Amino acid sequence: MRALVLLLLLSFSPSVTFAQQPEPQQPKQTDEFVPISQLPPQDQLPAAPLLVIAYAFVWLVLFAYVVSVSRRLAKVQHEVQRLESDIAKRA
Amino acid sequence: MPKWFLPLVAVAAVMFAASPFLIANAPYEATMGLVQKIFYYHLPSAWVFLLSAIVCGIASARFLFGGSPRQDRLAYAAAELTVLFGAIVLVTGPLWARKAWGVWWQWDVRLTSSLMGWMVAWAYLLVRKYGGPGSDKLAAGLALFGMANVPFVYISVNYWRTIHPATSVVPTLPVDMGLALWFAVACFLLLFVLLLRLRVYLEEQRARLDALYLSLDE
Repeated sequence: MRALVLLLLLSFSPSVTFAQQPEPQQPKQTDEFVPISQLPPQDQLPAAPLLVIAYAFVWLVLFAYVVSVSRRLAKVQHEVQRLESDIAKRA
Repeated sequence: MPKWFLPLVAVAAVMFAASPFLIANAPYEATMGLVQKIFYYHLPSAWVFLLSAIVCGIASARFLFGGSPRQDRLAYAAAELTVLFGAIVLVTGPLWARKAWGVWWQWDVRLTSSLMGWMVAWAYLLVRKYGGPGSDKLAAGLALFGMANVPFVYISVNYWRTIHPATSVVPTLPVDMGLALWFAVACFLLLFVLLLRLRVYLEEQRARLDALYLSLDE
């Protein structure tokens, strides 16, 4: 009788219950070298266009700024010369 | 313009023309490869961005407490250069991050504080342009805030968890990489000095124009 009760208790114990459940499937981990050509397309981002865009942007922005300051300066200097000649005529 | 200006423009042009060759000859970084070469323009422009924010802040403080129009002109010029070099940093950084981190942008402390510093410089220029009388002092206050942000931008990567590289990267660079980097730093510093002088000269000419208009009215 004692053996029967022990058997029943063991059969309803949590450890036995969990053991009967199917184990959740773990995602497959990559633990070895994968050549770049075998990566999915979203991971094969080429570096060269990014590099070219970065350097082109720097050069273009600096050039545009120098042109912008030069044009503003030329405009102000032209105005200064015009006013100076006006003042000289008045004098 | 001072006598040293044009010879230094020639030197800067030659240095900038030579810099891509030095950068191309620098060794590839092991994990990031080709895209890491953005670093050679990204880092110097970031340093100049922070330097111009400091120049703007110091000149603004001297204008606020001393009232010198010369310092005000220097602050105005430096604020414009902060926007210029900040734009370079905030465009080249995401181009590098897209490949290295897999994202264009991350709201981490270094990137966010840099964006904030850039927006403060924009605010300075907008206040100066559209703020009306007295806007120079209000803008000077903004410049002080922009300068206070600079140490935070610099040390943030050492104190907060971030994916941006820490400040310890530069001293540990191999010689060939360091040579290309310091050459680019010299290029950007020289360019900063020249652009600052040119921009201050523009403000001087504007002040001269204002004085001429006043003399005509009298």
